[in-house]
Amino acid sequence: MNSINQIIAITLMNLRNIPMRIGASLVIVVGIAGVVAVLVAILSMASGFEATLKSSGSPDRVIVLRGGSSSEMSSSLSREHSNLITSKPGVKNSDTGPLAARETYVIADLRKRANNSEANMPMRGVDARSFDIRDEFKIVAGRNIDFGRFELIAGIKAADQFQGIDLGKELTIRGASWTVVGLFETDSSIYESEVWVDNVVLRQNLKRSTGSSSLFVKLEAAQDYDMFEQALADDPQLETNIIRETTYYSEQSTSTTALITNFGYGVGIIMAIGAIFAALNTMYSAVSTRSVEIATLRALGFGSTPVVISVMVEALTLALIGGLLGASIAYGLFNGYTASTWGGTFSQVSFDFAVTPELLTRGIVWSCMLGMVGGLFPAITAARQPITTALRGM
Amino acid sequence: MAETLIDVNEVSKVYHRGNMEIPVLEELILSVDEGDFLALMGPSGSGKTTLLNLIGGLDQPSHGSITIGDEHIDQLSQGQLANWRSRNVGFVFQFYNLLPVLTAQKNVELPLLLTNLSTAERKKRAQAALAVVGLEDRSNHRPSELSGGQEQRVAIARAIVSDPALLVCDEPTGDLDRATADEILELLQVLNKEYGKTIVMVTHDPKAAEFANRSLHLDKGRLASAEAA
Repeated sequence: MNSINQIIAITLMNLRNIPMRIGASLVIVVGIAGVVAVLVAILSMASGFEATLKSSGSPDRVIVLRGGSSSEMSSSLSREHSNLITSKPGVKNSDTGPLAARETYVIADLRKRANNSEANMPMRGVDARSFDIRDEFKIVAGRNIDFGRFELIAGIKAADQFQGIDLGKELTIRGASWTVVGLFETDSSIYESEVWVDNVVLRQNLKRSTGSSSLFVKLEAAQDYDMFEQALADDPQLETNIIRETTYYSEQSTSTTALITNFGYGVGIIMAIGAIFAALNTMYSAVSTRSVEIATLRALGFGSTPVVISVMVEALTLALIGGLLGASIAYGLFNGYTASTWGGTFSQVSFDFAVTPELLTRGIVWSCMLGMVGGLFPAITAARQPITTALRGM
Repeated sequence: MAETLIDVNEVSKVYHRGNMEIPVLEELILSVDEGDFLALMGPSGSGKTTLLNLIGGLDQPSHGSITIGDEHIDQLSQGQLANWRSRNVGFVFQFYNLLPVLTAQKNVELPLLLTNLSTAERKKRAQAALAVVGLEDRSNHRPSELSGGQEQRVAIARAIVSDPALLVCDEPTGDLDRATADEILELLQVLNKEYGKTIVMVTHDPKAAEFANRSLHLDKGRLASAEAA
């Protein structure tokens, strides 16, 4: 009881002193707010990017690539092989045939709206089945493409990022003029960063005779994957590499997410070191200006431990305010902010920063750790200083 | 016959500065009875504040022993010493050492936070102590709203609120004008005579020393002379 009374009394005294040292106290608050805001913002970029790629795809969809290819960019499948693949067990069938789409994936240079710089925009040639196998596909403006024409529909994030993707406008890509006829959504997945055109028209335009990049296959059920994979492996005419769609995009996110996360922590740690020095300086100054008060309390019989704890509580309080401020800034400025970066296939992936509760908590935990480190040494100094020396204000 | 409250037995105090040893007190012997009012005088550096700090349990001797009542305070740990101070000693400092953010009432209540008294009882006792020093109507004022003399009265109220047997006063009038200093010294006399407090006071001021029952002069860490008031 005594100790708690002591801690409360000294802590309240310290906290009431803050307005008298508002400038110095703000150094801690602002310093730590900056660290947390930057850390949370960068990590929210990583989490948003990861969430976009991990939410892409469906476990019952499979991407079939040429054997040895790990991405659509380097793959090519002939029509004959595609037809053979769709005849295998496990492939879902509809009244009009197997649910499988031949698609071609290329990149095109377009200028970004944000800074007028050229960037790689992913362009996907699709066939009629592409829409049947993707239940999440939805036209949100305009209409779908008419096959056989130089028409284009764009994911909403691609339209947001690149110049010229406006409904009704003509867009020159790879020497051909495409009319933007619609915008689509796919539940925030990576496809929203792409523009889609008729696969046949695209391949003719590219003068590409080697076949499509890939075959997207919808399975009867997600658990039919192994059976389907085995059937392809058992066919000597086929040399394919198959991968579940969810795995494909998830793997593409890994290196970029790790890069952003490491960058975030790197910047965060550098800033945190600066913030710790600011906190140390402020708390040493706070303890120094109150050394006589602290010594007086100790002379009256207050223990060293309550002194240490109360100084720590003060530092933690300031750090927590900084942490909450930084987290709020990160949330207010960046949550839902759309950005783009290179995905796994050297093309732009647009995604929303995701300032999640977990990231906010992580930021606030960081701020508390900085407050602890910043408060600990000054607190120990305050508690260890000989009372008789401190009473003389030395 | 009064019993001995303070027994300082062959106490030496040496401070260390780097490799240098600085002796401040040398084999000092002193005895103070219960209910005494002792003034310690001497030039700067004579060791009087060091002796006061040792008697008040703020510091510990390098050699020798100090007994206050039945307690050998030179043998206590820092934690035990803090606990002992809270129960047995009231401190009055030259610059009052009040906490600026607290009202007079809250400043006086501080030592009672170290007890198990209820909030109401703490408040009641603090008001009683403020009444003793004549400041019951200033209980809600902060130190910045009080005169120097009033601040020292609040500090004295804080020193007596937990009813310690011993008051140690380090230049209690050193920051006050003559008239106000005399008021404070008269208050200390009242506490000594009417409330039975044993007081040890360090002062440079011979006039202040006249308010004590007796004075001791220190010079270079040794007792030089004694005189009764």
